[in-house]
Amino acid sequence: MYVAVKGGERAIDNAHAWLAEERRGPSDIAELSIAQIRHQLALAVNRVMAEGSLYDPDLAALAIKQARGDLIEAIFLIRAYRTTLPRIGHSHPIDTGAMACDRRISATFKDLPGGQVLGPTFDYTHRLLDFKLMAEGQAPADADADADAAAASTQTASPTPAPATMPRVSAFLNRDGLIQDEAPSAATPPDMTRQPMEYPADRPLRLQALTRGDEGFVLGMAYSTQRGYGRNHPFVGELRIGTVVVEMDIPELGFCVEIGEITLTECETVNQFTGSKTEPAQFTRGYGLVFGQTERKAISMALVDRALRWEELGEDNMGAPAQDAEFVLSHADNIQATGFLEHIKLPHYVDFQSELELVRKLRAEASTPFSEAAE
Amino acid sequence: MTQDTRSNFAYLDEQTKRMIRRALLKAMAIPGYQVPFASREMPMPYGWGTGGVQVSAACLTPDDTLKVIDQGADDTTNAVSIRKFFETTAGVATTERTAAASIIQTRHRIPEEPLKAGQILVYQVPIPEPLRFLEPRETETRKMHALQDYGLMHVKLYEDIARHGNIATSYAYPVKVQGRYVMDPSPIPKFDNPKLRMAAIQLFGAGREQRIYAIPPFSDVVSLDFDDHPFEPSKANHACTLCGAEHTYLDEVIVDDAGGRMFVCSDTDYCATRQAAGTASPQTAPSQPHEAQP
Repeated sequence: MYVAVKGGERAIDNAHAWLAEERRGPSDIAELSIAQIRHQLALAVNRVMAEGSLYDPDLAALAIKQARGDLIEAIFLIRAYRTTLPRIGHSHPIDTGAMACDRRISATFKDLPGGQVLGPTFDYTHRLLDFKLMAEGQAPADADADADAAAASTQTASPTPAPATMPRVSAFLNRDGLIQDEAPSAATPPDMTRQPMEYPADRPLRLQALTRGDEGFVLGMAYSTQRGYGRNHPFVGELRIGTVVVEMDIPELGFCVEIGEITLTECETVNQFTGSKTEPAQFTRGYGLVFGQTERKAISMALVDRALRWEELGEDNMGAPAQDAEFVLSHADNIQATGFLEHIKLPHYVDFQSELELVRKLRAEASTPFSEAAE
Repeated sequence: MTQDTRSNFAYLDEQTKRMIRRALLKAMAIPGYQVPFASREMPMPYGWGTGGVQVSAACLTPDDTLKVIDQGADDTTNAVSIRKFFETTAGVATTERTAAASIIQTRHRIPEEPLKAGQILVYQVPIPEPLRFLEPRETETRKMHALQDYGLMHVKLYEDIARHGNIATSYAYPVKVQGRYVMDPSPIPKFDNPKLRMAAIQLFGAGREQRIYAIPPFSDVVSLDFDDHPFEPSKANHACTLCGAEHTYLDEVIVDDAGGRMFVCSDTDYCATRQAAGTASPQTAPSQPHEAQP
């Protein structure tokens, strides 16, 4: 006799208990601390902050720990937490021109005011496993000293005396009118976390969606433009990583105060543009701005941003995926994507049952005419 | 039940709930019209009922009694999880009895027992746009709704008939509400479509797609069809093995390796109530393997 399966509740509790155990792993291995994750897995923390749309390294580190290193799961935890936070107000626009740069490079000029500053980059490292890091518990004091010495001795990678403000590369080009001007706007930008997405999306909305979009997706989209699907010949005009101050008007005080500092990665691409019916030949721009040190994402974002601007610049629609704002924006969010993808794990037996009935009916009907014809 | 004080009542902050209630009012005023709303990230994944959860959260008051079903059953894992969520965040009373609930959140079914005035049925909706698989672009489908341009849908249904002799849609079967908007009733089996005209308020929440829509009580809801191919609700041609009901939607359960199967009500509360009332005439033996089984 069939008895309907009960006990989903107990099964869920047990699954969660097992998950907690698996997360902790063997108890003879020291537990990771939030500080360790924050400082030693900083790039993972940065990605979680960027795609979680919440600048809080400690919470991001906690999310990574809780998610067992599954970054999309960690991003999800941050997003779910972020929902519960009241919206107190808006900061002033940050000034990335006044960024205290750890890294600032331009691929379009050999040298430029402010210099090329490599900063802590994987670029030019040889991707060889460093087995020294496997030696547990060794404080690599010597290695640190070596790194400092190397940085100091490299002409262009000077970590310390970066000038207070680094002029923008695009400003040099703009002086000659060689790059398309961005019209400043005092309009309040839309907020995709408070308003439903609307298509066609204007540029502020597109940039918001891209900066919190999945790194892999945005990278793939950007890569597709490089391979010819909506090609736009990008040069990295400038890539800068560093800290900026965030300022906010406090109504009770009547003036604006600095409420903190955040690390950002900004990328401006300079794109070849031969002119169109409406625009003269000049360079055009793509823009990427992402929380934390996240330069792969910032460059990708700039390429996709540029590809999405085809209409405004009077370019042809090549039918490339990266030119299609509705396609890019509605599929860039990994929390939406993973949720909907994984929901097919949920029971669907009611729908499946009705499909069964339909297929049986169609099969029965399909076989009848043949037997009639045979008679 | 006591509410977990770490979050606001029913998790969402009051501003968010107000925003959702405004969307709900608009949806009730324009039956079947998809109202965009600023869906929030919820602590459960998109596609797992975040739209329904937000709508329920906006409707719940401390005096409400909540029932949550998935596939018609109260004990499916996701229904358990959502019920628990509201037990913790809102501290409301919960029930498995359809008649005792003031708000019922559902996925994929309408309860068998007719709902009464004063009850609210909240649907979880994966893809709110009935035209989505005919036209992937939101900009286009919104235009089609505005112009009441539903030719594409009728062509699709016609092509089904031309190809299969039948309309090959068995769930999420499109309906027209109050003679105006074509609406996706969410993936309920088409067996449930006739119940869409009811005394209770029906609210539909699609979290990921950021849409809310509604069917006010006793609105006209017509399943799309043709005069010569009228709409037919369908179900397995069996009676429930447990309660003997012949008029309910049935789940097919495989009971042995030989392909033996039995059919039981998908609405667990309805089935249990009938069994308890002794109206049941249970067939203890599982039915023979289905003829259509290879």
